Amino acid sequence: MADPVQQFEIVKLFPVAKIGGQEIAFTNSAAFMVLAVVGITGFLLTSTARRAVVPGRMQSLAELSYEFVASTIGSTTGKEGMRFFPFVFSLFMFVLVANLVGLVPYTFTVTSHIIITVALAMSVFLTVVVYGVWKHGLHFFGLFVPKGIPIFILPLIVFIEVLSFISRPISHSVRLFANMLAGHITLKVFASFITLLGGLGAVGIASAVLPLAMVIGLTALELLVAFLQAYVFTILTCIYLNDALHPGH
Amino acid sequence: MADGTRGKGDRKNPPDDEAALSARLESLGDRLATVRRPTENDSRSPQTADTTGMARGLRLSTELVAGVLVGAAIGWLLDRWLGISPWGLIVFLLLGFAAGVLNVMRVAGVAPDRTK
Repeated sequence: MADPVQQFEIVKLFPVAKIGGQEIAFTNSAAFMVLAVVGITGFLLTSTARRAVVPGRMQSLAELSYEFVASTIGSTTGKEGMRFFPFVFSLFMFVLVANLVGLVPYTFTVTSHIIITVALAMSVFLTVVVYGVWKHGLHFFGLFVPKGIPIFILPLIVFIEVLSFISRPISHSVRLFANMLAGHITLKVFASFITLLGGLGAVGIASAVLPLAMVIGLTALELLVAFLQAYVFTILTCIYLNDALHPGH
Repeated sequence: MADGTRGKGDRKNPPDDEAALSARLESLGDRLATVRRPTENDSRSPQTADTTGMARGLRLSTELVAGVLVGAAIGWLLDRWLGISPWGLIVFLLLGFAAGVLNVMRVAGVAPDRTK
């Protein structure tokens, strides 16, 4: 049986530099990140190059992705949130394309590594903290002090609120990572059942139809999950940015 | 295609038709505005309702675990730095659990959001 975790292995393609005795190499993960970024940039540049009044297929797709992210930001943070549009749109497109590229056989799923998702989630978290403090000063920390709480249990509530705030980047990153990892392992396990059963003669081949049907269903599900996880990541980014924009309303 | 015929039509039109054209443009703009306004106001249109429902379900799954993990990590670190084992872990695990439950209740919409 093929190792279902082998698909997540990091392979060094070529060394780039040596920093402090630590070799920095261009890995397959980096290659697929570059592929995602180049793919998104190329898609957006070519599809919007004509700027037709009546959009063609590709331009509709680009406009659809813009409208989708813009309406998500608008519904969660209001008009002021649009200043974060480039950031949120980049996150959404990167996660979505990385998830979708990972579904193609023999590719590498960038978002199935927790270091990537933590880096994305921490960039959101730090943006929220830095922007919140820069814009609202100490008033930003009013986020941790809910109104209408009796003074004698307030310290406890503030502690819980702070913990809840710190747990955000963790749930933000683990959700994406775990969903992609689990989905890809499940696909691999069911796919290996097909080859295992296929080697058992006529009865095996007949019963291999069952895991095959399962794999087809799971692939469709994974396609949905790939989109939904990108959407969830985006909407949570917007909700967190909303706290930086309007703390303690 | 449509652009070409419109361009030819414009060239044939005498200048006094420009007023009529601008009036038509204005009314079209008004109509577009009324079409757009509802989508801006209620973003949760029926088309996206089931997607957001599933998205909310996916969110719930990790909120509780994240709270407990953060509490446990802070408690464990405090134990190591201050040498007060096991009290830091006990206290912060409980606080983390409370934070996790708070997270879940916020996502589920049971507890009021802190921004409101």
